[in-house]
Amino acid sequence: MNLDPVLLDRIQAGFTFAFHIIFPSFTIGLSAYVATLALMWIATGEERFHRLAFFWTKIFAVSFAMGVVSGVVLSYQFGTNWSRFSVVTGNVLGPLLGYEVLAAFFLEATFLGIMLFGWGRVPAWLQALSAVIVAFGTLLSAFWILSANSWMQTPAGHEIRDGIAYPADWIAIVFNPSFPYRFAHMVTAAYLTTAMVVLAVGARHVAAGRRIAEGRTMLRMAIGMLAVLAPLQLLLGDQHGLNTLAHQPVKIAAIEAHWDGSKPGKLVLFAWPDARSETNRYELAIPNAGSLILTHGLNGLFPGLTSVGAADRPPLLPVFFAFRIMVGIGFLMIAIAYVGLWLWWRRRLFETRWFLWLAAQTWWLGFVAVISGWIVTETGRQPWAVTGILRTTDATSPVGAPSVAVSLLLFILVYGIVFSMGIYYINRLIARGAEGRAAEPPPAGTPMRPLASVADAGREILGSQPQP
Amino acid sequence: MEWYLPVIWAAVIGIAVAMYVILDGFDLGIGLLFPFAKSERERDQMMNSVAPFWDGNETWLVLGGVGLFVVFPRAYAIIMPAFYLPVILMLLGLVFRGVAFEFRWIALSSKPVWNLGFTAGSAIAGFCQGLILGGLIQGIKVENGAFAGSAFDWATPFSVLCGFGVLAGYALLGATWLVLKTEGAVAERARAHAKLLLVAVLAFMAVVSLWTPLAFERIAARWFSFPNILFLWPVPLVTALVALAAWRWLEAGRELLPFVAAIALFLLGYLGLVISSFPYLVPPALTVWQTAAPPASQIFMLLGTVALLPLVLAYVVFVYWIFRGKVREGEGYH
Ligand code: HDD
Ligand code: HEM
Ligand code: HEM
Repeated sequence: MNLDPVLLDRIQAGFTFAFHIIFPSFTIGLSAYVATLALMWIATGEERFHRLAFFWTKIFAVSFAMGVVSGVVLSYQFGTNWSRFSVVTGNVLGPLLGYEVLAAFFLEATFLGIMLFGWGRVPAWLQALSAVIVAFGTLLSAFWILSANSWMQTPAGHEIRDGIAYPADWIAIVFNPSFPYRFAHMVTAAYLTTAMVVLAVGARHVAAGRRIAEGRTMLRMAIGMLAVLAPLQLLLGDQHGLNTLAHQPVKIAAIEAHWDGSKPGKLVLFAWPDARSETNRYELAIPNAGSLILTHGLNGLFPGLTSVGAADRPPLLPVFFAFRIMVGIGFLMIAIAYVGLWLWWRRRLFETRWFLWLAAQTWWLGFVAVISGWIVTETGRQPWAVTGILRTTDATSPVGAPSVAVSLLLFILVYGIVFSMGIYYINRLIARGAEGRAAEPPPAGTPMRPLASVADAGREILGSQPQP
Repeated sequence: MEWYLPVIWAAVIGIAVAMYVILDGFDLGIGLLFPFAKSERERDQMMNSVAPFWDGNETWLVLGGVGLFVVFPRAYAIIMPAFYLPVILMLLGLVFRGVAFEFRWIALSSKPVWNLGFTAGSAIAGFCQGLILGGLIQGIKVENGAFAGSAFDWATPFSVLCGFGVLAGYALLGATWLVLKTEGAVAERARAHAKLLLVAVLAFMAVVSLWTPLAFERIAARWFSFPNILFLWPVPLVTALVALAAWRWLEAGRELLPFVAAIALFLLGYLGLVISSFPYLVPPALTVWQTAAPPASQIFMLLGTVALLPLVLAYVVFVYWIFRGKVREGEGYH
């Protein structure tokens, strides 16, 4: 058997990145949500806000811990699997990733302890302040990591000497052309993802008739959030796409399955892009609508896939389908938000069983959209690891295929076991709901560990007795 | 500038690695001593003694790794592929250790599985760190600025020896930590273990100290040439004195001092390594200057580090202060 080490490296990168991003896309939003709840508790003194903040803090703790362990793996992978990438781009990307680590560890980690274990131990304002700072810390780490990723998409502010990138202008590097769009789009995606989970949990509470006050609060907050952010995300995504057209036209051609740049683009709703015959099979498309979106003119032209040789095109199927999944989910979110808003306005939100049932099922939509979005972005950049500077095939380490195959299998195995357990525990916490104690202080000597607060709840759920 | 910056950075990364080895060393050591506990209650007590600290401790590993990437990208790009399998296994061990650590509290019937996961994860992580250390001392085959060896170059009797040496060292740190932070049967047993481990660690240190100058000429030249030897002879002497003191303190029932002595032994071993290899970052091929990023990258990163590192150190002190004192059996949040 002849394994291609580059392919294995790519599968491993995709697998570990996709796994990692699941947790940040939830924790970025959730820390902000907990901070909001804590502030509202201080402002109103209402019990339900306190109860909710406590409930979501426990779930935040599990997700955050898994974000950390999967993130540590990523920072080493640049060296183990992408060493030539590290040499060529290290001078520029290194500091950006370094700042992400500093931001993540040293802002989040410091206040995380108080946020998780300060309950009843520190004054309420300090508790709320810590939650705000943790939320800010996650944003800061997203800032740096997305800056690094955006530089790989649209490099700027560097100069190449002997094939190696050197920093010339840090402002231009950090704020490279696709960064503002990607940052806005990703942060909005994280908040949307969280809002969908909150919506589902709120709907389950209301539908089951448990903790109605908390359930209603969650539903209203989530719908309000979705109603603002889901349309905003459509707008941001559109602008993001226009910017990509300017800097990575081939990626857009792949997204649109647009072959011939001499004709106006269709809006391809469905197709099976066939790289061999350079056509779309089973195509269902709206003529000229693609040009309308991308050039804001019915007959506007934009480059097609045939503008570059086959070797310079990204894999079409993942880019094409992942994009449609993401956008489809985007529209679904808008629909859910506005149906919910309408029901709310008609004062039927808490009684409409089918809507509550639907909302309770859709907690995973954001995660799928985020992973799809990243597949569009990363696979669409191929065959480049860094657009125009370094090809993916030249970026890997001098490590043989057998080693990479072994590590990939181990990753799949360990992540599979460890993370399915974590997700199982999160689900148990959610199923249990915002019941139980609210403002009870933890006993003295509580260890300051992310999952410790979960353990109490876990034991309550599983009905365990005190240890013999 | 071109000369000083890499040295400053080598010191910063060196401190991060030393902090990691000492701090995570005692956590991993607890994992290694875990199977010797007689009951779940004892295991709870052992875990509670490191519970508030372990994940901050692991932070230093990321700072070390990313620091290497930022400041010495060429060294990073050689060292990581050269130790591909041990690095990946170490990371997976740490994932397992961390999560097993947490899930154990929630698990009921599967508690023994997570106990095993905790020990196995700690053992794998520690052993792989020893392999990497041994492999670095042996040197890496480099051609045209890239790793040019094969997947198992690191697998020699010497690196395996280092693997076991590091395990013994971590277990010693863990045992002296338990002497400090626990009471009763756990502390008693830890004291007995600490004595055995102290002997083992000294034996490993002696073998490594003899093996390296015999096998690697550059290391012999570093230690035994004139005038180096005039400055360096106190290193082994101080090591011997510290070890003797540690033994005495263990015998005399002291609590804090054995832990301090164990840390001092680690630092002395570390100093020995630095003396053997500086200024080579990728022995025997590349120095810190040859692998450094351009000054612009180093300065950009140094600004943030200088501002934040004191904050981190303050945080570490704060956390250890909050959770000072002994963990008693049956105490804790559960
Ligand atoms: C959009 C946001 C985002 C993206 C694209 C990434 N991360 Fe991340 N990362 C975070 C957002 C984040 C976070 C929100 O800050 C996390 C998640 C949970 C956490 O603890 O912090 C985190 C944790 C985290 C950690 C653990 C440190 C800590 O927060 O305590 C490391 C070492 C990394 N990440 C490294 C990476 C690398 C090398 C990435 C890709 C190249 C990456 N992350 C992509
Ligand atoms: C966290 C969210 C991310 C996800 C889900 C993600 C997903 C992916 C996927 C699916 C691939 C494989 C692409 C292919 O080979 O077809 C990949 C490759 C890669 N990604 Fe990402 N990515 C993410 C973020 C990042 C960031 C922030 C960086 C760098 C700062 C990055 C760097 C890389 C590198 C170096 C590769 C391998 C080289 C390549 O295939 O181009 N990724 N990622
Ligand atoms: C509603 C319509 C949407 C449009 C038009 C849109 C558009 C885009 C485009 C064009 C890209 C690729 C940019 C590039 O790689 O250069 C992208 C990436 C991405 N999208 Fe969307 N998007 C939409 C909805 C969503 C939703 C609902 C989510 C998640 C909740 C989401 C999450 C992401 C993520 C995580 C990425 C990868 C990171 C990035 O490049 O920003 N998108 N989107």
